Amino acid sequence: MFTPHTKADVEAMLRTIGVGKVEDLFNVVPEKNRFPDLNLPQPLTEMEAAAELDSIASANATTRDFICFLGAGAYNHYIPAAIDNLLQRGEFYTAYTPYQPEISQGTLQSIFEFQSLISLLTGMDVSNASHYDGATAAAEAVILANNHFRGKRTKVLLSRAVNPQYREVIRGYMQANDALHIVGDDPETGIEPDMKRLIDQIDLNTSLVMVQYPDFFGRIIDYKPLIEAAHAQGALVAVVVNPTALALLTPPGELGADIVVGEGQPLGIPLSYGGPYLGFFAVKNALLRKISGRLVGETVDTQGELAYVLTLTAREQHIRREKASSNICSNQGLMTLAATIYMTLLGKTGFQEVANLCYQNAHYTASAVEAIPGFSLPFRNTPYFHEFVVRADQDLPELLSHLEDHGILGGYDLSDAYPELKGCLLMAVTEMISRGDIDYLTEVLSEVQHA
Amino acid sequence: MLVPENLKYQKTDEWVKVEDGIAIIGITDYAQDSLSDVVFVEFAIDPDDEVSAGDSLATIESVKAAAEVVFPVSGKILEVNQILTDTPELLNSDPYTAGWLAKVQVSDESELDKLMDSAAYDAYCQDR
Repeated sequence: MFTPHTKADVEAMLRTIGVGKVEDLFNVVPEKNRFPDLNLPQPLTEMEAAAELDSIASANATTRDFICFLGAGAYNHYIPAAIDNLLQRGEFYTAYTPYQPEISQGTLQSIFEFQSLISLLTGMDVSNASHYDGATAAAEAVILANNHFRGKRTKVLLSRAVNPQYREVIRGYMQANDALHIVGDDPETGIEPDMKRLIDQIDLNTSLVMVQYPDFFGRIIDYKPLIEAAHAQGALVAVVVNPTALALLTPPGELGADIVVGEGQPLGIPLSYGGPYLGFFAVKNALLRKISGRLVGETVDTQGELAYVLTLTAREQHIRREKASSNICSNQGLMTLAATIYMTLLGKTGFQEVANLCYQNAHYTASAVEAIPGFSLPFRNTPYFHEFVVRADQDLPELLSHLEDHGILGGYDLSDAYPELKGCLLMAVTEMISRGDIDYLTEVLSEVQHA
Repeated sequence: MLVPENLKYQKTDEWVKVEDGIAIIGITDYAQDSLSDVVFVEFAIDPDDEVSAGDSLATIESVKAAAEVVFPVSGKILEVNQILTDTPELLNSDPYTAGWLAKVQVSDESELDKLMDSAAYDAYCQDR
């Protein structure tokens, strides 16, 4: 534990406030809860502890043990060894919030480069220094829109094809705001790729329309008509994106999006059972002052030398607490660094190659699976990136457990989140899947069908 | 420091001028000088909003600070000086004329009695 105070410090502080000993500070806590009996096992030596932790960890299955077709928001990509190596440099590993530019130039420069790369990738004017993950970044987009209209527009439209967990996090973030109505993701509005029934709900009371690109089912939908319809009513549009897909797709900034958010995990961050991940958040210039969190800017110091500083932190709570629009302060520094190194290391063509491999692998897998009797692709007529929906005639949990027995994580069962897609599987295919893996999958699936 | 005689002032450095029940509101020369170069104005209200004295009118960001502007009087917003969104520097160059912030249909003129006249405001600034 890091305790910066010496015994003398503590005693001086206690004297100042007139308290006898540190324990007395906790007298307000009921006595029975104050020092509960923790019933802990006997202490272990370092060697014993390491062995016990190893044995616990070995119960986990990882993507090294399985062929992974699971995606649904987190993706198994190759992570170049250089990333971990650089992340573990002490200068980055221990660095905290770079409030003091004179001692934080390296951290500030890396954040500046992250922002520049995200702006380029999304086609937006400005990006902030990051959020916790894609879901919380999406929630910040709703907060931004609500503040932008000063609460006067009370409707937020979410596409049903936005990641269900993101929609849950958004509702969690906004639960205290009784005036706000978050709608549009009901089964009646549906998931038709023409978005017509969502577009019909856009009105002058709508602050924000949120869609996903590619959507939760991997589909690539042209959102231009939706964006135009939203702008015609003065509403903002937020697009949740997969960064890998943007290597191939028209960036949402060019389609007219006002806000682009997304999950940065595919950019060189391990799956790690769900975190730490990285949210990114980019806007057009018109919303620059409303952006939550912090921005790093490039400037010159008193000697005229290039320098980086925190700039435009108008919504940060350490600057103007009561006007802060979010509680994001310590950004995901190490994760932004991983993403920055990942994108820089791969470069534009390398990144496009990864995306292209994902795309080709997914399309090869989809046609191979579709060729097996008993499997079909409900969205086969809509373009998709590296994820697609498969309908299986047989019991899905049984099929998934059969695949697992054969070393395959088959994908995400959509039945719970989308009752209308009961019996459907969402499969993701990245560059980590080889031709041999795909052939093996089809082999196992064909056997199941014949069994 | 300019403190025009025909205006009323409040301690948070806003001026107000009322003619025929309509109040024009802005920030004082003292305020703009303390803020130094203004880079951004964000209004907290829209025309037709009903506001009370003390409500937030706008946030002014300068190279040095961010400051809140609050209404010295209550009423209904008639107009907001949108020109400032693109040319916030008018707050520095012409705080009493082109740099006005909002026009309000005053609902209770007696509120003006609580404000300072130019002599009182001048004295108040000298003491700071």
